[in-house]
Amino acid sequence: MFPFNFEWIWDAGHLVFHGGLWYALSIMGLGVTYCIVKALVDTAKGKGAHHH
Amino acid sequence: MKHANAKKFGMVIDLDKCTGCGSCMVACMAENNVPFREDETDKLLSLSWMRVYRLTNGKPFPDTEECYLPRPCMQCEGHHGHSPCVSVCPATATDYDTNTGIVSQIYTRCFGCRYCMAACPYHVRLFNWWDPVWPDGMEKSLNPNVSVRMRGVVEKCSFCIHRYQQAMDKAFVEGRRELEEDEYQTACTQACPAGAITFGDLNNPEHAVYQMVQPDAQHEGRPENPTAFRLLERLGTNPKIYYLSRREWVRRAGDNYLARESQSHAG
Amino acid sequence: MDTALIPEGVKRCPAWQFILWIGLVGVVLLWGVYAMLLCWIKGLNQTNMNNAYGFALWIWADLAIIALGGGAFFTGLLKYIMGKDQLKNIINYAVLIGFICYSSALLILAIDIGQPLRGWFIFWHANVHSMLTEVAFCLTCYFGVLCIEYLPLVLENRQVDRVPFFHNLTHNMHEIMAVFAATGAFLSFFHQGSLGGVAGVLFARPFGYRTGVLVWPWTFFLFTWSAAACGPCFTIFITKLTEKIVRKKLVQDNVIELLAKIAGWMLATYVIAKIFDTAYWAFVTAPSKGFTVSDFYTGNPGSIYGYWILVMEIVVCGVLPAAILITDKGRKTQATLWLAVILAAVGVCLNRWVMVLQVLAVPVLTFESWATYFPSWQEIATTILPVAYGVILISLSYRYLPVFPQEKELNPMVSPHTPEGRAEPQASPASPEPALSPAES
Repeated sequence: MFPFNFEWIWDAGHLVFHGGLWYALSIMGLGVTYCIVKALVDTAKGKGAHHH
Repeated sequence: MKHANAKKFGMVIDLDKCTGCGSCMVACMAENNVPFREDETDKLLSLSWMRVYRLTNGKPFPDTEECYLPRPCMQCEGHHGHSPCVSVCPATATDYDTNTGIVSQIYTRCFGCRYCMAACPYHVRLFNWWDPVWPDGMEKSLNPNVSVRMRGVVEKCSFCIHRYQQAMDKAFVEGRRELEEDEYQTACTQACPAGAITFGDLNNPEHAVYQMVQPDAQHEGRPENPTAFRLLERLGTNPKIYYLSRREWVRRAGDNYLARESQSHAG
Repeated sequence: MDTALIPEGVKRCPAWQFILWIGLVGVVLLWGVYAMLLCWIKGLNQTNMNNAYGFALWIWADLAIIALGGGAFFTGLLKYIMGKDQLKNIINYAVLIGFICYSSALLILAIDIGQPLRGWFIFWHANVHSMLTEVAFCLTCYFGVLCIEYLPLVLENRQVDRVPFFHNLTHNMHEIMAVFAATGAFLSFFHQGSLGGVAGVLFARPFGYRTGVLVWPWTFFLFTWSAAACGPCFTIFITKLTEKIVRKKLVQDNVIELLAKIAGWMLATYVIAKIFDTAYWAFVTAPSKGFTVSDFYTGNPGSIYGYWILVMEIVVCGVLPAAILITDKGRKTQATLWLAVILAAVGVCLNRWVMVLQVLAVPVLTFESWATYFPSWQEIATTILPVAYGVILISLSYRYLPVFPQEKELNPMVSPHTPEGRAEPQASPASPEPALSPAES
């Protein structure tokens, strides 16, 4: 999973497989982080509060 | 450099000599600390690294013939080390060693998914359905050179790899880098009272196994000796166990053929 | 009792009835949990698997529920990427069904492995050439995507949504849902495919082995394709079943028909590809290894693995439902629609069954015979466990979350007949609109 695992080889198989994996994980991580950070900012700005 | 003198350990089993006595199975179990249970009636749950099959030509008396076929791990090479089981293991818990040609099994790495068992057509891969329990006192007679396996992992014949390691250690101490043919022999080979099993390096023309089957390196080790055959060769497993028999029906039982095919045509 | 948690403007059964229902299903769940604990504590000797049948009921269940859960990624792909906006009315439920299927698959895998505490080795010591590694990674990642997709729905619960942060988070997640849906489709393509590859790469198992392109056997593509075809059928089936149970319409017919039409064409093209694959395998691949089709389908005990499987899988559960779903009349007639989605779901399960169990049952060594297997009660209980869990999660979600956007308009609540057991929310009586509706943002 990581280059420091002893069975890791810098070959095409590892690059394609783990490239795809970390690409997907990054998108998911960045997406969720963006949503949370933006929600915090929005909340600080007073958005989403109920007025009644 | 490493591959210049790479070994390819293999075995030749003369089926015309095998009496089906089962000594190889017993020797293997004792040598490799293979566990057993009180009730071993269900052979599909038994751990037998070496298993002797009984084959018959299916003909009625008086033409009935039988043959016993010992089956250790075939140590498949596949195409360039792509053996059926090694390529599928998700956790790299089994490996094809290009220096010895032996398929290893790392018990502490295996997490028991059993994909390798599904991949192996020879059923040499066995699962530890139970934790090993030894009868009182028997643990004292376990082989200290072989680790026992815990429940939940796959195990299989290792060509007694610990004997290879010990022999190599001894050779190193004596300043040698090569082993004599008789320095590394498997337990089953030594136990066979009929001398049906021969073990050695298939890459070494001086070894008996080489001379007996004459493996054709150009064609993935296909035997040039017409009485030699390997199990399920047509699947592309490229096994390192060769069988000898002068009986045509026995050789034909080694592989699957379409009705119209003769053995030589298909091979 | 729990009215404050129930979405606005919809009717739910009384709390006692709901608790009774959950209790009944909970008993089944506990039975499964007991069997699961037995397997974990005592080991896999609790199963009827053996050294010939290393893969059995559980692996089949994994493959089948992942195929059935394929409705989530494919509906998401259609809605968010292909722009089939109508499907927004069923996407929540598709995601929920997918979430249940995938979490169940992960649970079953955790029971299935011999050393569950070492399960993480598959990630840590990954062998990138193994199809199972690809399955594990993509499946886990995609389960993450499903959590991300399911989370906004949970946050839309009436009370949770009142918290401004959660309300904003839901809004933001909806905004970029297309990104997650695309990632989900990417991951699904690979894990559905690699599940197909699991049997397809076994070159020493002639029943499963398929040729292919580069490192991918044809079953890789067939599995993805069939999941995209039959997954939505299962989503439709569960939706229709839910409608029957709660006795009200939840999704408009045009939405169901659109999804059914797309699934129908996917199924039709899949069946054609499957027929070609079967023919090539039967007449070229298998004979090259010394096998004829009759070796695979005859001579086994009880003729369980007979030619009927091919007919059942390809014709009855393939051609027939495809033919129904691609015709306008077939989709619009309730009886045929029901029949088609059930057959499609059964068909994909049957395909997964043969690609796991028959692969192992067929003798390869000439002097061996067919391997037989029947699961132990522990295996059956642990396989039913996810069904009970799914029923409970669906029941909870349906009761407390706005799963079906069209429910309100399809089942208007006439105010004088406010049903008993549902008190009016603390809104001013003059206001016809629910007082707790989320603020505009």
